[in-house]
Amino acid sequence: MYEMLSQVAQTWGLVLFVIAFLLVLVYALNPRNQKKFDAARRIPLEDEDIHNG
Amino acid sequence: MNTGLPATQPNQNGADIALIGAFLAVGLLMAIFIAARAVDPLMEVHALMFAAAFAAGGFALGSVIYGGRGASSDVYEFDVVKAGVIASVFWGIAGFLVGVIIAAQLAFPNIFYFDNLGWTNFGRLRPLHTSAVIFAFGGNVLIATSFYVVQRTSRGRLWGGLAPWFVFWGYNLFIVIAATGYLMGVTQSKEYAEPEWYADLWLTIVWVVYLLVFLGTLLKRKEPHIYVANWFYLAFIVTIAMLHIVNNLSMPVSLTGVKSYSLFAGVQDALTQWWYGHNAVGFFLTAGFLAIMYYFIPKRAERPVYSYRLSIIHFWALIFIYIWAGPHHLHYTALPEWAQTLGMTFSIMLWMPSWGGMINGLMTLSGAWDKLRTDPVIRMMVVSVAFYGMSTFEGPLMSIRAVNSLSHYTDWTIGHVHSGALGWVGYISFGALYCLVPWLWKRKELYSKQLVEWHFWISTIGILLYITSMWVSGIMQGLMWRAYNDFGFLEFSFVETVEAMHPYYIIRMLGGLMFLAGAFIMAYNLWRTAKGDIRAKEYVPSQAAAVPAE
Repeated sequence: MYEMLSQVAQTWGLVLFVIAFLLVLVYALNPRNQKKFDAARRIPLEDEDIHNG
Repeated sequence: MNTGLPATQPNQNGADIALIGAFLAVGLLMAIFIAARAVDPLMEVHALMFAAAFAAGGFALGSVIYGGRGASSDVYEFDVVKAGVIASVFWGIAGFLVGVIIAAQLAFPNIFYFDNLGWTNFGRLRPLHTSAVIFAFGGNVLIATSFYVVQRTSRGRLWGGLAPWFVFWGYNLFIVIAATGYLMGVTQSKEYAEPEWYADLWLTIVWVVYLLVFLGTLLKRKEPHIYVANWFYLAFIVTIAMLHIVNNLSMPVSLTGVKSYSLFAGVQDALTQWWYGHNAVGFFLTAGFLAIMYYFIPKRAERPVYSYRLSIIHFWALIFIYIWAGPHHLHYTALPEWAQTLGMTFSIMLWMPSWGGMINGLMTLSGAWDKLRTDPVIRMMVVSVAFYGMSTFEGPLMSIRAVNSLSHYTDWTIGHVHSGALGWVGYISFGALYCLVPWLWKRKELYSKQLVEWHFWISTIGILLYITSMWVSGIMQGLMWRAYNDFGFLEFSFVETVEAMHPYYIIRMLGGLMFLAGAFIMAYNLWRTAKGDIRAKEYVPSQAAAVPAE
């Protein structure tokens, strides 16, 4: 059990994490998501009734 | 403020009342049974406290049933956030005060040691301090701000009717059980996870309801995108649930007694404990408070977050890497060396998401840097992010095995923790509280900005005294421990190292005292703000352009 776990952690675990990180980069930097993110970053500010809600 | 239970939407069908009512009734019967059959007096006290709390909850619920919920047209449920703000300020002052007391005990052990009052012993008060500041103060800030932010950014009311109130009171009941337990000597001796099995089970129930309220609100949101602050809150809630359950797996000696034994032993126990312990830092004290940064700094500065793309990379990188950093607490132990190295490597990799997040928070101010001069609340939050950058630089450095051989078990660790806790967590929380009180109580502005200035400067100097004295003390301590003389014997006896630390312990106590004084100023300012007062002789900073230097 210990041998198996440490083996996986020291080999395929690394590969899996690099791939997962690349997927995050693709999602975050994809120009097609730009419009969505531009709208999202304004969410807190477009909430105008903060002083009289 | 309406201190009773709040009005909910008129279309509520009462399922929440029935569920909570049944739960309270079962809980009350169980508590009375356990109190009657308790095998030790500590469990009897705690079971009676649970019984009293469940009975009080029953009365509160009764007042909702007979008094009616009162049809409210409010879109949002903010009364529970108000209660959270009050609890945060209360627990903050209590936790800082206990911190000053134990700092005084360390500086002057011959004055502050009472051998006939066991509950005032450092060993009992120290977990009281850590739990009060992390879980009572920090936890209430996180619950209150998460309930506020998720409603605002989802444009919808909190889900679950009275469930958010159950979360608030249930969480604070856990705090009271934990705190009174420490004073009476109830502990399972796991750092930051000291409460015994029954308190842990109670917190698990409360936490699952918290997760359901948060998820339910997100599912019913009217905004298509889930704002990044909510991702951080969700990561905090989910991960804390996982950590809490796994680290507290234990077998009680008796179902009517306080004592239990962990399912883990030896190095497995140590690794599980520090997997928990470091991720309490990573997900409670970092992810949760980063959520506060991502909402309150843009809101207060009236500018959107610097880069939304960076915030996404920040989020995923942070949560993927943090969870592996725990083994750096176990350098030079029985833990396999590759696992120690893995913990160290992941800790060093954390430099990248930490500094990415810091840059994202700071650069949100770009184009509005003048606010640092005119708005002490913004300044507090910006200094908080700077402390975040500093302590997340220092942490990975200390996780390197060679550095750790000098720093581990010394006061350097205490200084590091407090630059994160006082500087980062404390200041971002104070900033959020200074924003929330005028918003929630519908006041135009704070009672006094000048008092915020006083709070800022007094506690900033306090933090600097604290962390610089602990750096000197810690590095000196580490060097004295490893000093050998010409014959290969240790140069110093242990008590000589303790004696050398005395002046730094006094400086640390003064620093803590200043931080506490700042918190008192804040409490006064927030109380007057909630009352609707504006300070008469308020100094208004000059709006004139700065005079150019000669």
